[in-house]
Amino acid sequence: MYLAIETPDNGPVTYRDNKRWFWLLSLVNPLIPFVGIAGQVATGSALWLLAPLGLMFLMGPLLDWLFGEDENNPPEVLVPQLEKDTYYRILTYLTVPLHFVVFFGCAIWVGTQDLPWWGFLSLTVAVGFADGFAINTGHELGHKRTRLETTLAKIVLAVPAYGHFWIEHNRGHHRDVATPEDPASSRMGESIYKFARREIPGAFHRAWMIEHERLCRKKVPVWSFNNEILQSYLLTAVMQIGLVATFGWIMIPFLVIHNFFAWWVLTSANYIEHYGLLRNTQEDGRYERCQPYHSWNANHKYSNLLLFHLQRHSDHHANPTRRYQSLRHFDGLPSLPSGYYGMYIVAYIPWLWYKMMDPRLLALPHIDGDLKSINVDPHERQRLYAEYGRASG
Amino acid sequence: MRNMAGQVAEYHCPGCGYVYDESLGDDHEGYPPGMPFAELPDDFVCPACSVRYKEDFVSAKPA
Repeated sequence: MYLAIETPDNGPVTYRDNKRWFWLLSLVNPLIPFVGIAGQVATGSALWLLAPLGLMFLMGPLLDWLFGEDENNPPEVLVPQLEKDTYYRILTYLTVPLHFVVFFGCAIWVGTQDLPWWGFLSLTVAVGFADGFAINTGHELGHKRTRLETTLAKIVLAVPAYGHFWIEHNRGHHRDVATPEDPASSRMGESIYKFARREIPGAFHRAWMIEHERLCRKKVPVWSFNNEILQSYLLTAVMQIGLVATFGWIMIPFLVIHNFFAWWVLTSANYIEHYGLLRNTQEDGRYERCQPYHSWNANHKYSNLLLFHLQRHSDHHANPTRRYQSLRHFDGLPSLPSGYYGMYIVAYIPWLWYKMMDPRLLALPHIDGDLKSINVDPHERQRLYAEYGRASG
Repeated sequence: MRNMAGQVAEYHCPGCGYVYDESLGDDHEGYPPGMPFAELPDDFVCPACSVRYKEDFVSAKPA
Protein backbone atom coordinates (compact mmCIF):
# COMPACT_ATOMS: atom_id res chain seq x y z
CA MET A 1 0.00 0.00 0.00
CA TYR A 2 1.50 3.28 -1.15
CA LEU A 3 1.13 6.59 0.61
CA ALA A 4 1.53 9.70 -1.51
CA ILE A 5 1.43 13.45 -1.14
CA GLU A 6 2.15 16.40 -3.42
CA THR A 7 4.56 18.87 -1.85
CA PRO A 8 5.24 22.39 -3.14
CA ASP A 9 9.03 22.06 -2.82
CA ASN A 10 9.77 18.45 -3.71
CA GLY A 11 6.80 17.45 -5.87
CA PRO A 12 5.20 14.06 -5.26
CA VAL A 13 6.48 12.08 -2.26
CA THR A 14 5.57 8.41 -1.99
CA TYR A 15 6.23 5.75 0.63
CA ARG A 16 5.57 2.06 0.98
CA ASP A 17 6.02 0.46 4.41
CA ASN A 18 8.03 -2.67 3.66
CA LYS A 19 7.22 -3.98 7.11
CA ARG A 20 3.47 -3.43 6.81
CA TRP A 21 2.37 -7.08 6.73
CA PHE A 22 5.28 -8.26 8.83
CA TRP A 23 3.79 -6.31 11.75
CA LEU A 24 1.33 -9.23 11.95
CA LEU A 25 4.17 -11.03 13.75
CA SER A 26 3.27 -8.98 16.81
CA LEU A 27 0.10 -11.10 17.00
CA VAL A 28 2.12 -14.32 16.97
CA ASN A 29 4.40 -13.27 19.80
CA PRO A 30 1.88 -13.61 22.67
CA LEU A 31 0.84 -17.04 21.38
CA ILE A 32 4.27 -18.70 21.59
CA PRO A 33 3.49 -20.63 24.85
CA PHE A 34 0.73 -22.46 22.96
CA VAL A 35 3.42 -24.13 20.85
CA GLY A 36 4.37 -26.14 23.93
CA ILE A 37 0.80 -27.21 24.66
CA ALA A 38 0.06 -28.01 21.02
CA GLY A 39 3.23 -30.10 20.81
CA GLN A 40 2.33 -32.01 23.97
CA VAL A 41 -1.19 -32.66 22.70
CA ALA A 42 0.09 -33.86 19.32
CA THR A 43 2.92 -36.09 20.56
CA GLY A 44 2.08 -36.84 24.19
CA SER A 45 5.55 -35.70 25.21
CA ALA A 46 5.93 -33.08 27.94
CA LEU A 47 9.33 -32.21 26.44
CA TRP A 48 7.39 -29.90 24.14
CA LEU A 49 6.76 -27.64 27.13
CA LEU A 50 10.42 -26.60 26.90
CA ALA A 51 9.91 -25.36 23.34
CA PRO A 52 8.37 -21.92 24.02
CA LEU A 53 11.34 -20.65 26.04
CA GLY A 54 13.67 -22.03 23.40
CA LEU A 55 11.72 -20.27 20.67
CA MET A 56 11.85 -16.98 22.54
CA PHE A 57 15.49 -16.95 23.51
CA LEU A 58 17.18 -18.93 20.76
CA MET A 59 15.03 -17.91 17.81
CA GLY A 60 15.01 -14.25 18.85
CA PRO A 61 18.76 -13.59 18.62
CA LEU A 62 19.10 -16.03 15.70
CA LEU A 63 16.43 -14.35 13.57
CA ASP A 64 17.78 -10.93 14.47
CA TRP A 65 21.16 -12.07 13.19
CA LEU A 66 19.62 -13.68 10.10
CA PHE A 67 17.33 -10.82 9.02
CA GLY A 68 19.68 -8.06 10.12
CA GLU A 69 18.89 -4.41 10.56
CA ASP A 70 16.51 -1.99 8.92
CA GLU A 71 17.20 1.73 8.79
CA ASN A 72 14.17 2.63 6.70
CA ASN A 73 12.23 5.73 7.80
CA PRO A 74 8.91 7.09 6.53
CA PRO A 75 9.15 10.57 4.96
CA GLU A 76 8.13 13.04 7.63
CA VAL A 77 5.58 14.65 5.35
CA LEU A 78 3.70 11.35 5.12
CA VAL A 79 3.73 10.54 8.84
CA PRO A 80 0.26 12.06 9.45
CA GLN A 81 -1.18 9.69 6.80
CA LEU A 82 0.74 6.75 8.24
CA GLU A 83 -0.52 7.48 11.74
CA LYS A 84 -4.13 7.70 10.52
CA ASP A 85 -3.96 4.23 8.95
CA THR A 86 -6.16 2.19 11.32
CA TYR A 87 -4.51 -1.11 10.30
CA TYR A 88 -1.56 -0.42 12.58
CA ARG A 89 -3.61 0.42 15.63
CA ILE A 90 -5.94 -2.56 15.12
CA LEU A 91 -2.91 -4.80 15.59
CA THR A 92 -2.25 -3.25 19.00
CA TYR A 93 -5.94 -3.68 19.89
CA LEU A 94 -5.88 -7.36 18.86
CA THR A 95 -2.87 -8.21 21.00
CA VAL A 96 -4.90 -7.27 24.10
CA PRO A 97 -7.35 -10.23 24.00
CA LEU A 98 -4.55 -12.54 22.86
CA HIS A 99 -2.71 -11.97 26.14
CA PHE A 100 -5.85 -12.96 28.05
CA VAL A 101 -6.32 -16.05 25.88
CA VAL A 102 -2.75 -17.22 26.45
CA PHE A 103 -2.85 -16.47 30.17
CA PHE A 104 -6.09 -18.35 30.77
CA GLY A 105 -5.28 -21.08 28.25
CA CYS A 106 -2.01 -21.93 29.97
CA ALA A 107 -3.54 -21.57 33.44
CA ILE A 108 -6.24 -24.09 32.49
CA TRP A 109 -3.61 -26.47 31.06
CA VAL A 110 -1.48 -26.23 34.21
CA GLY A 111 -4.56 -26.52 36.42
CA THR A 112 -6.01 -29.62 34.71
CA GLN A 113 -3.00 -31.64 33.53
CA ASP A 114 -0.60 -33.74 35.55
CA LEU A 115 2.65 -32.15 34.37
CA PRO A 116 6.20 -32.98 35.48
CA TRP A 117 7.65 -30.20 37.66
CA TRP A 118 10.07 -29.09 34.96
CA GLY A 119 7.29 -28.95 32.37
CA PHE A 120 5.15 -26.89 34.73
CA LEU A 121 8.06 -24.56 35.44
CA SER A 122 9.08 -24.14 31.82
CA LEU A 123 5.55 -23.42 30.59
CA THR A 124 4.86 -21.04 33.48
CA VAL A 125 8.07 -19.07 32.91
CA ALA A 126 7.25 -18.92 29.19
CA VAL A 127 3.75 -17.54 29.88
CA GLY A 128 5.34 -15.03 32.23
CA PHE A 129 7.68 -13.88 29.49
CA ALA A 130 4.86 -13.80 26.92
CA ASP A 131 2.72 -11.72 29.26
CA GLY A 132 5.70 -9.50 29.99
CA PHE A 133 5.16 -8.42 26.41
CA ALA A 134 1.67 -7.38 27.48
CA ILE A 135 3.55 -4.54 29.17
CA ASN A 136 4.98 -3.69 25.76
CA THR A 137 1.46 -3.59 24.30
CA GLY A 138 0.31 -1.52 27.28
CA HIS A 139 3.27 0.77 26.66
CA GLU A 140 2.32 1.43 23.04
CA LEU A 141 -1.36 1.95 23.92
CA GLY A 142 -0.74 3.90 27.13
CA HIS A 143 1.18 6.63 25.33
CA LYS A 144 -1.75 7.47 23.09
CA ARG A 145 -4.29 10.13 23.79
CA THR A 146 -7.54 8.39 22.86
CA ARG A 147 -9.74 7.06 25.64
CA LEU A 148 -10.03 3.69 23.90
CA GLU A 149 -6.28 3.18 23.82
CA THR A 150 -5.60 4.25 27.41
CA THR A 151 -8.47 2.02 28.58
CA LEU A 152 -7.05 -0.94 26.65
CA ALA A 153 -3.65 -0.20 28.22
CA LYS A 154 -5.12 -0.48 31.71
CA ILE A 155 -6.92 -3.70 30.74
CA VAL A 156 -3.91 -5.46 29.19
CA LEU A 157 -1.65 -4.42 32.09
CA ALA A 158 -3.94 -6.40 34.39
CA VAL A 159 -2.59 -9.63 32.85
CA PRO A 160 0.99 -9.17 34.13
CA ALA A 161 -0.38 -7.60 37.37
CA TYR A 162 1.44 -4.37 36.56
CA GLY A 163 -1.38 -1.82 36.38
CA HIS A 164 0.77 1.00 37.70
CA PHE A 165 3.06 0.80 34.67
CA TRP A 166 1.53 3.35 32.34
CA ILE A 167 1.41 6.04 35.03
CA GLU A 168 4.91 5.26 36.26
CA HIS A 169 6.30 5.09 32.74
CA ASN A 170 4.55 8.04 31.10
CA ARG A 171 4.69 10.49 33.98
CA GLY A 172 7.71 9.21 35.89
CA HIS A 173 10.22 7.47 33.65
CA HIS A 174 9.81 9.87 30.72
CA ARG A 175 10.28 12.81 33.08
CA ASP A 176 13.28 11.40 34.98
CA VAL A 177 14.90 9.20 32.33
CA ALA A 178 18.72 8.98 32.31
CA THR A 179 19.10 10.57 35.74
CA PRO A 180 20.26 8.99 39.01
CA GLU A 181 16.74 9.63 40.38
CA ASP A 182 15.10 7.33 37.84
CA PRO A 183 14.57 3.80 39.21
CA ALA A 184 13.93 2.68 35.61
CA SER A 185 17.33 3.84 34.24
CA SER A 186 20.24 1.52 35.01
CA ARG A 187 23.64 2.77 36.13
CA MET A 188 27.08 1.81 34.92
CA GLY A 189 28.44 -0.97 37.11
CA GLU A 190 24.96 -1.98 38.31
CA SER A 191 24.06 -5.60 37.52
CA ILE A 192 20.53 -6.38 36.36
CA TYR A 193 19.98 -8.29 39.62
CA LYS A 194 20.85 -5.23 41.70
CA PHE A 195 18.89 -2.98 39.31
CA ALA A 196 15.74 -5.10 39.72
CA ARG A 197 15.76 -4.53 43.47
CA ARG A 198 15.79 -0.77 42.86
CA GLU A 199 13.54 -0.71 39.80
CA ILE A 200 10.56 -2.85 40.84
CA PRO A 201 9.79 -1.16 44.21
CA GLY A 202 10.93 2.25 42.91
CA ALA A 203 8.54 2.13 39.98
CA PHE A 204 5.60 1.19 42.18
CA HIS A 205 6.40 3.96 44.68
CA ARG A 206 6.76 6.64 41.98
CA ALA A 207 3.52 5.58 40.25
CA TRP A 208 1.62 5.70 43.53
CA MET A 209 3.00 9.15 44.40
CA ILE A 210 2.08 10.52 40.96
CA GLU A 211 -1.45 9.13 41.15
CA HIS A 212 -1.78 10.31 44.75
CA GLU A 213 -0.89 13.89 43.71
CA ARG A 214 -3.34 13.80 40.80
CA LEU A 215 -6.21 12.56 42.95
CA CYS A 216 -5.43 15.14 45.66
CA ARG A 217 -5.69 17.88 43.02
CA LYS A 218 -9.05 16.46 42.00
CA LYS A 219 -10.06 16.29 45.66
CA VAL A 220 -11.13 12.64 45.45
CA PRO A 221 -10.04 9.82 47.78
CA VAL A 222 -6.93 7.90 46.79
CA TRP A 223 -8.63 4.64 47.77
CA SER A 224 -11.43 4.93 45.26
CA PHE A 225 -12.38 3.72 41.79
CA ASN A 226 -10.96 6.98 40.42
CA ASN A 227 -7.50 5.60 41.16
CA GLU A 228 -6.29 4.34 37.77
CA ILE A 229 -3.76 2.01 39.37
CA LEU A 230 -6.43 0.34 41.46
CA GLN A 231 -8.72 -0.01 38.43
CA SER A 232 -6.20 -2.28 36.75
CA TYR A 233 -5.30 -4.08 39.98
CA LEU A 234 -8.97 -4.86 40.56
CA LEU A 235 -9.15 -6.69 37.25
CA THR A 236 -5.93 -8.56 38.14
CA ALA A 237 -7.39 -9.56 41.52
CA VAL A 238 -10.61 -10.86 39.96
CA MET A 239 -8.68 -12.94 37.41
CA GLN A 240 -6.08 -14.36 39.75
CA ILE A 241 -8.36 -15.05 42.73
CA GLY A 242 -10.81 -16.63 40.29
CA LEU A 243 -8.08 -19.00 39.04
CA VAL A 244 -7.11 -20.03 42.58
CA ALA A 245 -10.77 -20.60 43.46
CA THR A 246 -11.27 -22.73 40.33
CA PHE A 247 -8.08 -24.79 40.16
CA GLY A 248 -6.79 -24.73 43.73
CA TRP A 249 -3.30 -24.42 45.22
CA ILE A 250 -1.46 -25.18 41.96
CA MET A 251 -2.40 -21.69 40.82
CA ILE A 252 -0.36 -20.09 43.63
CA PRO A 253 3.08 -21.06 42.24
CA PHE A 254 1.77 -20.55 38.70
CA LEU A 255 0.71 -16.96 39.43
CA VAL A 256 3.75 -16.07 41.54
CA ILE A 257 6.17 -17.33 38.87
CA HIS A 258 4.09 -15.87 36.01
CA ASN A 259 3.86 -12.44 37.60
CA PHE A 260 7.54 -12.34 38.51
CA PHE A 261 8.77 -13.22 35.03
CA ALA A 262 6.31 -10.80 33.41
CA TRP A 263 7.80 -8.04 35.56
CA TRP A 264 11.28 -9.37 34.79
CA VAL A 265 10.72 -8.75 31.07
CA LEU A 266 10.12 -5.08 31.81
CA THR A 267 13.13 -4.98 34.14
CA SER A 268 15.22 -6.46 31.34
CA ALA A 269 14.05 -3.85 28.84
CA ASN A 270 14.54 -0.98 31.27
CA TYR A 271 18.01 -2.27 32.13
CA ILE A 272 19.29 -2.12 28.58
CA GLU A 273 17.48 0.96 27.31
CA HIS A 274 19.44 3.66 29.16
CA TYR A 275 22.42 1.85 30.75
CA GLY A 276 24.87 4.43 32.11
CA LEU A 277 23.44 7.34 30.11
CA LEU A 278 23.15 10.66 31.96
CA ARG A 279 21.44 13.97 31.27
CA ASN A 280 23.53 17.02 32.25
CA THR A 281 22.37 19.41 34.96
CA GLN A 282 21.56 22.89 33.65
CA GLU A 283 22.49 26.18 35.35
CA ASP A 284 18.96 26.41 36.77
CA GLY A 285 19.50 23.09 38.53
CA ARG A 286 17.13 21.12 36.31
CA TYR A 287 18.20 18.36 34.00
CA GLU A 288 18.61 19.10 30.32
CA ARG A 289 15.74 17.85 28.12
CA CYS A 290 16.07 14.23 27.11
CA GLN A 291 18.25 14.06 24.00
CA PRO A 292 18.44 11.30 21.39
CA TYR A 293 21.81 10.15 22.80
CA HIS A 294 20.16 9.35 26.14
CA SER A 295 18.77 6.00 24.89
CA TRP A 296 20.28 2.83 23.46
CA ASN A 297 18.80 1.70 20.15
CA ALA A 298 18.56 -1.39 17.98
CA ASN A 299 17.37 -1.57 14.40
CA HIS A 300 17.07 -5.32 14.21
CA LYS A 301 14.05 -6.23 12.12
CA TYR A 302 12.72 -9.32 13.85
CA SER A 303 12.75 -8.04 17.43
CA ASN A 304 11.45 -4.63 16.35
CA LEU A 305 8.48 -6.32 14.67
CA LEU A 306 7.68 -8.24 17.85
CA LEU A 307 8.11 -5.18 20.05
CA PHE A 308 6.27 -2.45 18.11
CA HIS A 309 9.55 -0.65 17.29
CA LEU A 310 10.36 -0.23 20.99
CA GLN A 311 14.03 -0.53 20.10
CA ARG A 312 13.93 2.76 18.18
CA HIS A 313 14.05 4.14 21.65
CA SER A 314 15.62 7.56 21.09
CA ASP A 315 12.81 8.70 18.84
CA HIS A 316 10.30 7.25 21.29
CA HIS A 317 11.70 9.37 24.13
CA ALA A 318 11.86 12.48 21.96
CA ASN A 319 8.31 11.93 20.70
CA PRO A 320 6.49 9.59 23.12
CA THR A 321 3.08 9.98 21.50
CA ARG A 322 4.38 9.04 18.01
CA ARG A 323 2.88 5.75 16.83
CA TYR A 324 5.11 2.71 16.45
CA GLN A 325 4.93 2.57 12.66
CA SER A 326 6.35 6.11 12.45
CA LEU A 327 9.33 5.78 14.81
CA ARG A 328 12.59 6.62 13.11
CA HIS A 329 16.19 5.49 12.95
CA PHE A 330 18.88 8.17 13.23
CA ASP A 331 22.57 7.78 12.48
CA GLY A 332 25.16 8.23 15.20
CA LEU A 333 22.97 7.26 18.17
CA PRO A 334 23.96 4.84 20.96
CA SER A 335 23.46 1.41 19.40
CA LEU A 336 23.20 -2.04 20.94
CA PRO A 337 25.13 -4.84 19.25
CA SER A 338 22.01 -7.02 19.05
CA GLY A 339 18.24 -6.76 19.40
CA TYR A 340 16.64 -6.90 22.84
CA TYR A 341 16.34 -10.71 22.92
CA GLY A 342 20.08 -11.15 22.49
CA MET A 343 20.87 -8.31 24.87
CA TYR A 344 18.56 -9.73 27.54
CA ILE A 345 20.71 -12.87 27.62
CA VAL A 346 23.88 -10.79 27.81
CA ALA A 347 22.38 -8.71 30.64
CA TYR A 348 21.69 -11.87 32.65
CA ILE A 349 25.46 -12.57 32.68
CA PRO A 350 26.79 -9.37 34.34
CA TRP A 351 30.50 -9.82 33.56
CA LEU A 352 29.67 -10.33 29.90
CA TRP A 353 27.38 -7.29 29.90
CA TYR A 354 30.10 -5.07 31.40
CA LYS A 355 32.67 -6.41 28.97
CA MET A 356 30.42 -5.70 26.01
CA MET A 357 28.72 -2.47 27.08
CA ASP A 358 31.15 -0.49 29.27
CA PRO A 359 33.66 0.19 26.46
CA ARG A 360 30.74 0.98 24.13
CA LEU A 361 29.34 3.44 26.69
CA LEU A 362 32.69 5.16 27.27
CA ALA A 363 33.24 5.47 23.51
CA LEU A 364 30.02 7.42 22.84
CA PRO A 365 30.91 10.81 21.28
CA HIS A 366 29.13 12.89 23.94
CA ILE A 367 30.91 10.95 26.71
CA ASP A 368 34.36 10.50 25.14
CA GLY A 369 35.71 8.50 28.07
CA ASP A 370 34.57 10.99 30.72
CA LEU A 371 33.03 9.14 33.67
CA LYS A 372 31.54 12.40 34.92
CA SER A 373 29.17 12.23 31.93
CA ILE A 374 27.97 8.76 32.92
CA ASN A 375 25.24 7.64 35.34
CA VAL A 376 27.55 5.57 37.59
CA ASP A 377 26.43 3.26 40.40
CA PRO A 378 27.71 5.14 43.50
CA HIS A 379 28.80 1.87 45.11
CA GLU A 380 30.94 1.04 42.08
CA ARG A 381 32.29 4.56 41.55
CA GLN A 382 35.68 3.95 43.16
CA ARG A 383 36.29 0.74 41.24
CA LEU A 384 35.18 2.23 37.93
CA TYR A 385 37.29 5.36 38.38
CA ALA A 386 40.27 3.14 39.21
CA GLU A 387 39.60 1.04 36.12
CA TYR A 388 38.67 3.75 33.62
CA GLY A 389 39.95 6.87 35.37
CA ARG A 390 42.85 7.34 32.97
CA ALA A 391 40.42 7.53 30.10
CA SER A 392 38.25 9.98 32.01
CA GLY A 393 41.05 12.52 32.17
CA MET B 1 -9.09 31.43 22.38
CA ARG B 2 -8.71 34.38 24.77
CA ASN B 3 -9.68 34.75 28.39
CA MET B 4 -11.91 37.48 29.81
CA ALA B 5 -9.01 39.91 30.05
CA GLY B 6 -8.48 39.47 26.33
CA GLN B 7 -5.27 37.50 26.82
CA VAL B 8 -4.32 34.37 24.96
CA ALA B 9 -5.54 31.44 27.02
CA GLU B 10 -4.24 28.38 25.16
CA TYR B 11 -0.80 26.92 25.65
CA HIS B 12 0.65 24.24 23.40
CA CYS B 13 3.29 21.63 24.07
CA PRO B 14 5.79 22.17 21.24
CA GLY B 15 6.69 18.48 21.27
CA CYS B 16 3.42 16.56 21.09
CA GLY B 17 0.77 19.20 20.49
CA TYR B 18 -1.05 18.83 23.82
CA VAL B 19 -3.11 21.99 24.45
CA TYR B 20 -3.81 23.48 27.86
CA ASP B 21 -6.91 25.64 27.42
CA GLU B 22 -7.43 27.83 30.49
CA SER B 23 -11.18 27.97 29.93
CA LEU B 24 -11.37 24.15 30.11
CA GLY B 25 -8.53 23.35 32.49
CA ASP B 26 -7.65 19.66 32.50
CA ASP B 27 -10.16 17.58 34.40
CA HIS B 28 -8.15 14.37 34.29
CA GLU B 29 -5.11 16.09 35.77
CA GLY B 30 -7.15 17.93 38.37
CA TYR B 31 -6.82 21.45 36.98
CA PRO B 32 -10.31 23.06 37.08
CA PRO B 33 -11.84 25.16 34.27
CA GLY B 34 -10.59 28.72 34.45
CA MET B 35 -7.27 27.84 36.08
CA PRO B 36 -4.63 30.13 34.54
CA PHE B 37 -1.61 28.47 32.99
CA ALA B 38 0.60 30.65 35.20
CA GLU B 39 -0.88 29.02 38.29
CA LEU B 40 0.02 25.50 37.26
CA PRO B 41 2.79 24.06 39.46
CA ASP B 42 6.34 25.11 38.59
CA ASP B 43 7.27 21.47 38.09
CA PHE B 44 4.39 20.96 35.63
CA VAL B 45 5.40 18.75 32.73
CA CYS B 46 3.31 18.04 29.66
CA PRO B 47 0.60 15.54 30.74
CA ALA B 48 0.70 13.87 27.33
CA CYS B 49 4.42 13.37 26.65
CA SER B 50 6.22 14.32 29.90
CA VAL B 51 9.13 15.57 27.79
CA ARG B 52 8.47 19.33 27.83
CA TYR B 53 8.55 21.52 30.92
CA LYS B 54 6.13 24.33 31.74
CA GLU B 55 8.50 26.97 30.37
CA ASP B 56 8.63 25.14 27.02
CA PHE B 57 4.92 25.66 26.39
CA VAL B 58 4.03 28.29 23.80
CA SER B 59 0.94 30.44 23.91
CA ALA B 60 -1.36 30.43 20.89
CA LYS B 61 -0.82 33.32 18.53
CA PRO B 62 -3.54 36.01 18.67
CA ALA B 63 -6.23 35.41 16.07
